[in-house]
Amino acid sequence: MLTLDPKIPVSPIEDAWTFHKNNNLRLVGPKNRPKYKVIVVGSGLAGASAAASMGAMGYNVECFCFQDSPRRAHSIAAQGGINASKNYRNDGDSTWRLFYDTQKGGDYRAREKNVYRLAELSTSIIDQAVSQGVPFAREYGGKLANRSFGGVLVERTFYCRGETGQQLLLGAYSALEEQIAAKKVKMHTRHEMLDLVVVDGRSRGIVVRNLETGEITSHAADAVVLATGGYGNVFYLSTNAKGCNVTANFRAYRKGAGFANPCFTQIHPTSIPASGDYQSKLTLMSESLRNDGRIWVPRDADEKRAPKDIPEKDRYYYLEERYPRFGNLVPRDVAARNAKDVCDQGLGVGPTGYGVYLDFAAAIEEKGIDAVKSKYANLFEMYQRITDDDPVETPMRIYPAVHYTMGGLWVDYNLMTNVPGLYAIGESNFADHGANRLGASSLMQCLADGYFIIPVTIGDYLSRHESGDITTDHPAFKETETAVRERVNKLMAVKGTRSAQSFHRELGKIMWEHCGISRNKESLEEGLRKIPALREEFWRDLKLPGDPAELNQSLEHAGRVLDFLDFGELMCRDALLRDESCGCHFREEHQTPEGEAERNDEDYAFVSVFEYKGEGTEPELNKEPLSFDALPLAARNYKT
Amino acid sequence: MNRIQTLYKSIIGKKVIAAVTGLILFGFLLGHVAGNLKVFTGSNDQGIPHIDEYGQFLKVAGEPLLPAGALLWSARLVLLASVILHITVVVQLAMLSAEARPVSYVKSKKKAASLAALWMMFSGSVIAGFIVFHILHFTTGTIQLGEFEHGYVYNNLRSSFSNPFVAGGYIFVMVVIGVHLNHGVWSMFQTLGIDNPDRNKFLRTASTAVTMAIILGFIAVPASFLFGLMPEAANYAHDLLTGH
Amino acid sequence: MRIKLHVWRQSSRSDKGHMESYELDNVVEEMSFLEMMDTLNEKLTVEGKEPVAFDHDCREGVCGMCSMVINGEAHGPKSKTTTCQLYMRHFDDGAEIFIEPWRASAFPVVRDLVVDRSAFDRIIQAGGYVSNHSGPKPDPNSIPIEPNIAETALDAATCIGCGACVAACPNGSAMLFTSAKASHLGLLPQGQPERFDRAKSMVSQMESEGFGSCRNYAECEAQCPKGISIAFIGRLNSDFLKASLVEPIDRRGDMKAQ
Ligand SMILES: Cc1cc2nc3c(=O)[nH]c(=O)nc-3n(C[C@H](O)[C@H](O)[C@H](O)COP(=O)(O)OP(=O)(O)OC[C@H]3O[C@@H](n4cnc5c(N)ncnc54)[C@H](O)[C@@H]3O)c2cc1C
Ligand code: HEM
Ligand code: SF4
Ligand code: FES
Repeated sequence: MLTLDPKIPVSPIEDAWTFHKNNNLRLVGPKNRPKYKVIVVGSGLAGASAAASMGAMGYNVECFCFQDSPRRAHSIAAQGGINASKNYRNDGDSTWRLFYDTQKGGDYRAREKNVYRLAELSTSIIDQAVSQGVPFAREYGGKLANRSFGGVLVERTFYCRGETGQQLLLGAYSALEEQIAAKKVKMHTRHEMLDLVVVDGRSRGIVVRNLETGEITSHAADAVVLATGGYGNVFYLSTNAKGCNVTANFRAYRKGAGFANPCFTQIHPTSIPASGDYQSKLTLMSESLRNDGRIWVPRDADEKRAPKDIPEKDRYYYLEERYPRFGNLVPRDVAARNAKDVCDQGLGVGPTGYGVYLDFAAAIEEKGIDAVKSKYANLFEMYQRITDDDPVETPMRIYPAVHYTMGGLWVDYNLMTNVPGLYAIGESNFADHGANRLGASSLMQCLADGYFIIPVTIGDYLSRHESGDITTDHPAFKETETAVRERVNKLMAVKGTRSAQSFHRELGKIMWEHCGISRNKESLEEGLRKIPALREEFWRDLKLPGDPAELNQSLEHAGRVLDFLDFGELMCRDALLRDESCGCHFREEHQTPEGEAERNDEDYAFVSVFEYKGEGTEPELNKEPLSFDALPLAARNYKT
Repeated sequence: MNRIQTLYKSIIGKKVIAAVTGLILFGFLLGHVAGNLKVFTGSNDQGIPHIDEYGQFLKVAGEPLLPAGALLWSARLVLLASVILHITVVVQLAMLSAEARPVSYVKSKKKAASLAALWMMFSGSVIAGFIVFHILHFTTGTIQLGEFEHGYVYNNLRSSFSNPFVAGGYIFVMVVIGVHLNHGVWSMFQTLGIDNPDRNKFLRTASTAVTMAIILGFIAVPASFLFGLMPEAANYAHDLLTGH
Repeated sequence: MRIKLHVWRQSSRSDKGHMESYELDNVVEEMSFLEMMDTLNEKLTVEGKEPVAFDHDCREGVCGMCSMVINGEAHGPKSKTTTCQLYMRHFDDGAEIFIEPWRASAFPVVRDLVVDRSAFDRIIQAGGYVSNHSGPKPDPNSIPIEPNIAETALDAATCIGCGACVAACPNGSAMLFTSAKASHLGLLPQGQPERFDRAKSMVSQMESEGFGSCRNYAECEAQCPKGISIAFIGRLNSDFLKASLVEPIDRRGDMKAQ
């Protein structure tokens, strides 16, 4: 049984964060901060912003990432934008409304006060980013521009063309580099965390592998912050960068951290469909395209005409017909499921039959070709580069793809896991998005966590502990190091015939089939049978060429695949236990006659938190009950 | 001075020096070609070719304010310093670049770099060699490729350039200078941060146009003599020119 | 499709390295270049040989990780395209393809096609930021920025730090990268206070990393996957000149009357 104290401040939601800071949190004085060493694993938006902020405060920070530069973290790929309730458009936006939209979007499976805090901090993030020189789009008068993003009725999304994540990350990265130059942060690139070191129940450091030399070393600290991103790659094909993995999180889970809502996976409705078996990843087409693109399929499954030649009456604008109020802007899961639905009916387009049209003809006619092009120039370019088709001439083909994982390490209001001294921020925690994430809210969450929350909350923990009272000489470090080495050697020693890649691909297929867009009991149970079988084969037939004491990408991959195999099982288990539909978790057994997700608040208004019980033993489910005081539960309805 | 030193130490500074000295040399070429064109304007009423007069004028320019030859020698010093500096910095930069890119590609391909740009070092070396040769040929008369007598510029030219190899050689070198300048002049604007997308088209066209004009002007001289288009000059006594 | 590959193989920083040839016959046009490399690696792995190490992550042209010189061109034949966004349809059946790592002494080869680009991070450390702490900041609309300027800054900020400019430059110069970052900040009001110091310190770091000198070939621009313009190099030159020659060194020194 885990002790899960969410430490939610007892105060009205509107000033809960301020109240918490003023009354509940202890601080570390500026003179003492350099004595505390904090390890940040990950240099994406969450990690870079946290490391930079804590470094600037004076903490002694060490930051790790597996890429060759912190600037390359997966956050760089976010295209669409970042939300903030600035209400620049005077369209009725407010902190409350952003909170409301996020909570509703998450289908009431998130902690209210966390979500409210996120909405509250959203505006400061924009201010912070602009002060770093992030060149957000401006209007003619020089003021910041906004656009609207899937599932909401206000325009609150700030953007830099289609490269918002890149620009925000470059902002955080430059702040990080400033601190590195100031010797407040020490950066370790091409280092992968392979285990967490826990001493007397407290998180005291990590064991890493230098990816260039294969050297395995330990690093001790007063606190460890995981900012290691999401695990969408458990599906092999996803919009995530190839290196995204669950290893750091999963290792922490094995060391006692609770894993929350692992099955909550967001499937993005607009990605470029796969073209063949060799496909290595899926490319997202930003959801902002849905602002101007109309989604349709031919009404007739045997349609042979080119999309341009199909007359209006033979086109099925299924989202507009099924959801008149939101039309093409329904939430992601609704859009994704409907796409799968029409394709399953045989109406899909493209060589594989798994694709739907996203058509800009109407927008071009209405706004002019230049207006549309200027808005989406680099997305159109990207699409054309990949498919060789020009979206101005012929509609895009899109299909849902795994995109974001709402699940992650369980954290309390201070973003600390149940292992004291271990924090999780950004996509790697479970906190704010419930069962589904609103578009443009992840960047916001990563930066709220990194710039504004962790720098304050970490002091509360540190101030209660002696600084620098441990070194890597402690036997726990040696033990963990040995275990890591043994695991590496064990992997190298299998000497079978199949590449790690081939196992990853196979696992992906299992996950997509059994734990994908929609799930049901039988299928999940089948998945739970297939994964252990695959893992067994993995241990029997894996082939790892090369030397573990050198740069060895096959070995890196194999380690990640192994954790994905274990983790995939946990996901299926969670999906099976959550016998309701909510947000992106769609259990076929629970739907309305119109095919809408049917939540079960009576029995499932809780966070599922899994506790590791040892190799081969079923993990234990712990529940953090959720309460809904500020925003009463309501059924999600995007129809009217 | 301190600033110049720091500037000189940096690679951008060195480029700037190449650009500024290049500009000085370019200015010299402009003046030089303008002077050369006097070959075509004939003679004065005493039968002295304008070009000879011009040559003499250069020697005494500045008098009486300055002693005879002072201006000419100062100009020569500035030019000499420019050439030396220009060569020094570009050689230093080339050495740096060679260090920065010690291994070349097995297969290499250029998308944008023009041949003129890639061959700056070669064209520059030809120019350097030519400068020495040219001075020894027409200024000091050390290298005799025809009849040569100090001060009789027109006749010296006529005599040398009637030889097709000499004229051809000069024309070839002028083309090389043109190639050097075609990249060099625009490059100077870029190095000094004067070019920008607004003016790029204009500056590039103007650079090419001016370069073409200069080079055609230079080529006109040997070409005209070679093709026998130039009349023989009258013989005149040397003191008529110097006024002694 | 059938293709013949010649790939640079080098087992470590100190190894001399050599080109090795491979043939692949199960390539299809819709494959991306990196998927073709995956196919090669799968084949090598199964055959018990060592796969080719190469950097990659996002595979959508933004992380700047992928880095291959393909047939003599950084990121291959298609302009404004990263290696990961290059598709096999741009090659002919039976094509012979040469794949080499970035070549520059400031980017030492780590293994096969993987190079060490940490020099770029150090250039940023030298001044590629607006000095800042996290915390409350003025509302951004209190400093309006002309959209054209914001867009130009964004043009510069689009640089993904891949290093193709260095790889493409016959002089191994990093001016395009350095100038893009310096211009991004130098164009915006937020970047003004440090503008001239930034130009000086970034350039001096760039020099000490061992990058070569720009000779205005514009090869970097042509091979840059983001089409970063050499106009930014001109800007940096000009800022650097101003910083070196015009900006006062001793603003607050003593003065006496004559
Ligand atoms: C294509 C795409 C588009 C998106 N668009 C948007 C959008 O428009 N708006 C929005 O709000 N959100 C968007 N998202 C979601 C958002 O980008 C991510 O959720 C967010 O960037 C995650 O940031 P992070 O800092 O948590 O993790 P990441 O950016 O993933 O960073 C993870 C870091 O951890 C490091 N790391 C991981 N494992 C280890 C290990 N074992 N050892 C050492 N280091 C490790 C990595 O090196 C990296 O530095 C998008 C996502 C995708 C895939
Ligand atoms: C009449 C004489 C010359 C003129 C008018 C001239 C002019 C110029 C100009 C204007 C530039 C551009 C500078 C810049 O972009 O910064 C240049 C560059 C260059 N010059 Fe010359 N030059 C002359 C002689 C020479 C000589 C003798 C050499 C000998 C090696 C030479 C070698 C170069 C090289 C290599 C460059 C390229 C420098 C760089 O871009 O880094 N030049 N020249
Ligand atoms: S300037 Fe272009 S080529 Fe150079 S690092 Fe940036 S994106 Fe890559
Ligand atoms: S892999 Fe990210 S840019 Fe190519």
